[in-house]
Amino acid sequence: MTLEMLLEKPPFSLEKEPKEAVLTKRLLELTNFHTENCPQYSSMLRAVGFDAGKCASYYDIPFLPVSLFKELDLRSVAQEDVFKVMTSSGTTGQAVSRIYLDRKTASTQQKVLTKIVSEFTGSQRLPMLIIDSPSVIRNRAMFSARGAGILGFSIFGTDKVYALNDAMEIDVPAITTFLEKHQGKKVLLFGFTFMVWLHFYKELIKLDHKFDLQQGILIHGGGWKKLASEAVSKEEFKQRLMDVCGLANIHDYYGMVEQTGCIYMECEHGHLHASIFSDVITRRHTDFSPCAFGEPGIVQVVSVLPESYPGHSLLTEDEGVVIGEDDCPCGRSGKYFRINGRLKMAEIRGCSDTYATNW
Amino acid sequence: MQLTGDLEKTINAVPLLPFDERVLDLLNDLSKRLIKVREYSDVATFGFWCRKTALLKEKRNYDDLHQRLGKGVVFHSTPSNVPVNFAFSFVAGLLAGNANIVRLPGKDFEQVTIIVNAITRLLEGEYSDLAPYLCFVKYATDKELHDKFSSVCDVRVVWGGDGTINEFRKSPLKPRATELTFADRYSIAVIKADAYLKAEDKQKIAQDFYNDTYFSDQNACTAPRIVYWMGENREDAKEAFWANIKILARERYELAPVQAVGKLAAFYRAAAHREVTLVDSDDSHVTRVYVEDADDNLMEYKYNSGFYFERDIEKLEEILPISGERLQTLTYLGLTKEELTEFFAVCRPKGIDRAVPMGKSMDFSLVWDGYDLIRQLSRRITIE
Repeated sequence: MTLEMLLEKPPFSLEKEPKEAVLTKRLLELTNFHTENCPQYSSMLRAVGFDAGKCASYYDIPFLPVSLFKELDLRSVAQEDVFKVMTSSGTTGQAVSRIYLDRKTASTQQKVLTKIVSEFTGSQRLPMLIIDSPSVIRNRAMFSARGAGILGFSIFGTDKVYALNDAMEIDVPAITTFLEKHQGKKVLLFGFTFMVWLHFYKELIKLDHKFDLQQGILIHGGGWKKLASEAVSKEEFKQRLMDVCGLANIHDYYGMVEQTGCIYMECEHGHLHASIFSDVITRRHTDFSPCAFGEPGIVQVVSVLPESYPGHSLLTEDEGVVIGEDDCPCGRSGKYFRINGRLKMAEIRGCSDTYATNW
Repeated sequence: MQLTGDLEKTINAVPLLPFDERVLDLLNDLSKRLIKVREYSDVATFGFWCRKTALLKEKRNYDDLHQRLGKGVVFHSTPSNVPVNFAFSFVAGLLAGNANIVRLPGKDFEQVTIIVNAITRLLEGEYSDLAPYLCFVKYATDKELHDKFSSVCDVRVVWGGDGTINEFRKSPLKPRATELTFADRYSIAVIKADAYLKAEDKQKIAQDFYNDTYFSDQNACTAPRIVYWMGENREDAKEAFWANIKILARERYELAPVQAVGKLAAFYRAAAHREVTLVDSDDSHVTRVYVEDADDNLMEYKYNSGFYFERDIEKLEEILPISGERLQTLTYLGLTKEELTEFFAVCRPKGIDRAVPMGKSMDFSLVWDGYDLIRQLSRRITIE
């Protein structure tokens, strides 16, 4: 099946065996393509002794740790064909990933994102309330994963309104006008998990006025790391939002700038789902062998989309658990899983003061 | 800033003779207290090292002590993430005849507390006459404090690598003051394959290698980053050697997932730039990367937590391209002292300050990083 044919199929429509066949073929194709077009990738595969001829499954394709995209310029297209460079959000001083996109990869990313999200929002575009401040898009210097995420999701929205002002305060008049205008209609809310919690929920509870968001669908992502100090569980997050504004339709998603488009949406049963365009494999750190269902491991992600950069098989720095495959009560085919969070940092000894700035 | 001692008295203390009897007695009493510390082998090792009999043996290596006096005040800035190094540093200062201002490691280590408490008790009691010769300080990087201690000392001893040294270089010393700096270094191991295969106790060898590497997360400057193989039957030797290391590392070394990922990334990073091959990747505890050639630049790709570059050589002189000034320790198995002596005489490398048998890389000595600490921390007096 070609990528074009795959793009015609419903995103959660392939069961284990056919999906494995599709992924193995396509991912090997990409492996060969990047070997021919990215000299560094080619060296890496030679060094690891990879032999495409002996590779029976996409499980055997090497996975590059995502950190490599912070240190190396990895691309498989000529510089003049680079259409845009995506960067990961990093705190000040940290290196950021640089992902090189050509027009084709950027466009398939957008198509796939649309297919996956439409499964949850319907194919109609909806009025959209963005839980962020307009400056996140306006300010080019800040333009990173957050901005890109909002822009990416904006295609699902019609009347786009920001719920926060530039001072990151809740914009009551803007929200009021928006809700009055679209009263009784389904609306889409989108934002990063910690923004939704810190700047939306926590402000909503302080207001005298109550907004009614019973008709809303909230899609949020970006991880729970920043909320760890708040000790908010996924269940509590949902319950509290329900309590404060009636929002019942809430979907977390897992995704990363290194594989934009192939996001993993949370279903009605609280499980993240792999679509036909991608897969997750959890691996044991002791030998990188695949984990069994239910066993926590390092998350590997594969995606059929990356053509302009060798990012079709990546080892993340997240820990996750694959719960099962093809048998989620929601009815979607493919693996379903949960993410436990970032791998814990290890304290490495040594003579050189790596913490010199702190001590 | 935390302070233990009397800074004024330390700054004004009168120098001592090297290997002063009172100092040796103090260290011997300290040794008695620390040797018993079972929870921390590094504390016990330090305790064992500073026994009076051991130090008297060291003393015999010097023929000019009767002409020497401590320089005065030594300011030691010790590495933030090695627990016991500070103790070896101040003992060298005391033995050379100095009063010592010791900046303790930034991280809180129980080992530091044990040693500081033990010696403080001795200085407050029986050895109060020596109290001015030790003063412990602890502070986060702070230019003003760096300036203050740098301006009063006669020798500044800076551990902690290039970054810390550069920080201290911004703080002026007295015109006649000197400085010992312990910069970022790396180390290698050389193994004669046939000697290994013939060796009786392969478990002991594995333990020795483990102590040289995993014990410090393979991140101490003394820890081998490259293993060179010489001699006959290299492939058999490698197989047996690494099999034993794997058993031990699996048993003892707690490899966090993030370290396994870090090692994989380090391998790919090296592979993107250099001709390398991953060898035998069935266990993340041991990452072996065979390199086609090894020079200074290879160390840009070094990593820790059990990440080894490996290379076959016919003659010892083939390590010369890596033996720049940054190379500190050569740990060996199966080489003779004669071979090593000849290597230094004939090849004259810019680096390598010590060649020690496998298992001894972490053993502290009063000659460290090419410096004779007793002589560097004392002055020689001429009377004609």
